[in-house]
Amino acid sequence: MKDASRPMIEVCGVSKFYGSFQALADISFTVSDGEKVVIIGPSGSGKSTILRSINCLETIDRGSISVGGMDVSSPKTDICKVREEVGMVFQSFNLFPHKTVLENLTLAQTVVRKRSKKDAEEIAMELLRKVNIVEKAAAYPAKLSGGQQQRVAIARSLAMNPKAILFDEPTSALDPEMIGEVLDVMKTLAQEGMTMVVVTHEMGFAREVSDRVIFMDHGRIVEEGTPEHFFTAPTHERAKLFLSQIL
Amino acid sequence: MLDNQSNHTPIAVGDGAAIPHKSDAGLFTAWRIAFFGSIVLCLFLAFGRPDQYMAIFKFVPDGILITFKVTLGAIVLAIVFGLIAGLGRISSNRFINGTASLYVEVIRGIPLLVQLFYIYYALGRFIKIPDMLSAIIAMAFCYGAYMAEIFRAGIQSIPKGQMEAALSLGMSRRQAMHQVILPQAFKVVLPPIGNEFIALLKDSSLVSILAVSDLLRRGREYASETFNYFETYTVIALIYLIMTLFFSKLISIMEERLNEGR
Ligand SMILES: Nc1ncnc2c1ncn2[C@@H]1O[C@H](COP(=O)(O)OP(=O)(O)OP(=O)(O)O)[C@@H](O)[C@H]1O
Ligand SMILES: [Mg+2]
Repeated sequence: MKDASRPMIEVCGVSKFYGSFQALADISFTVSDGEKVVIIGPSGSGKSTILRSINCLETIDRGSISVGGMDVSSPKTDICKVREEVGMVFQSFNLFPHKTVLENLTLAQTVVRKRSKKDAEEIAMELLRKVNIVEKAAAYPAKLSGGQQQRVAIARSLAMNPKAILFDEPTSALDPEMIGEVLDVMKTLAQEGMTMVVVTHEMGFAREVSDRVIFMDHGRIVEEGTPEHFFTAPTHERAKLFLSQIL
Repeated sequence: MLDNQSNHTPIAVGDGAAIPHKSDAGLFTAWRIAFFGSIVLCLFLAFGRPDQYMAIFKFVPDGILITFKVTLGAIVLAIVFGLIAGLGRISSNRFINGTASLYVEVIRGIPLLVQLFYIYYALGRFIKIPDMLSAIIAMAFCYGAYMAEIFRAGIQSIPKGQMEAALSLGMSRRQAMHQVILPQAFKVVLPPIGNEFIALLKDSSLVSILAVSDLLRRGREYASETFNYFETYTVIALIYLIMTLFFSKLISIMEERLNEGR
């Protein structure tokens, strides 16, 4: 049963410590179905940590996170089930180097979703067509450019039919000429209504695609608002300073 | 990032035989001189001095077979022990981790020969199994501890992002280990395992003390009957040398193939 009024992702008063260092301080925000949220902020502000907490790659010390109605922070929840529903795209692609591009897309489908090999391959080929890299289906990841690898990584995550996808600086490891091709794929996803949480330094993308921008600093949410508001009239000094440096 | 080899920190292994790489020209030449030299020397001794040497060459081959059996049996079993203990060493379960670490620490702290005696006689005291089998088990138990460290290092050399990517696709830890981490780690550990194989081939000569008729023991039997100690041990040494050189070459070829592949 799905509660339509309940947001897709709900982060509630989350704090996280590494030893005595506080990486996240009382973070709360929600992402509703189909919404695109961009998280920006200086290095070390906790952007990756909050994303990774959403699909439980990090544990949190206080607060709660729910995804699609499932309580991530509860020990009773099957974490694998949560992760099946949220995709994750990493800065370093993390394709499986010992598998071909096609196998990268079919592995979790067969192992986790228990689809037949044939069905999984059909879905995979369709997604490869979508990210425009179908000709590399039989190649190993090492033979692909960074932009191609990241597009495959996005397709791999889509193959699980996630309800939302988390992107952690998906274009930061790419040569400038490859950033566009990856952003284009992400824009297409956004237009199709995918729920997305994107950590990025691509301000053009944030402006054009996002419904909401969250600005973080020192583990806190400093400012949150529509891209128009954030890019034209930010309230906080930290946000102003950050924007003046990055734009 | 594009070159997936560079993701893996190579595992430094000190013991074992030197494996001749093409890039190491000096060692490569030395390998050729030693390998073909010892074959030629064997032929010369067998046919040039048949009255002293022919009988030795006829007497010891039974032992070569036993040496192979012990080495192969022990390496296979050691890989099994090593994989289990290696996975134990990275387990987050305190008890499993502790047990595996204790095994590795204890075994590595006792000389191989002492362990062989100990395990061999301990096994013999409680269960009745053939001499050769208990020698194999004893060897494997020792080598398993070294193998465990190789597996542990191999698994830990796989970038953390691989496990995270697998988990974020909904795989369980076990599935991720099985489908993503171990297949990659396997490639990393093959060369050091090859090294261990050669070390084990040489160390298998220790079982000659345990009433197992391996190559060295056959030599001792022959020498003590004929008193031709020098001639016998010359032949024994040459045969060991040819075997280890042959296998180190085989392993280096295998390694090159692996590096060529994707
Ligand atoms: N495993 C860890 N142990 C200790 N400290 C950590 C660990 N992981 C992250 N941190 C610290 O937590 C803080 C937040 O890290 P996080 O990776 O979330 O930052 P970020 O906003 O993603 O930065 P970047 O833009 O550099 O990716 C940083 O100060 C970092 O040093
Ligand atoms: Mg980060």
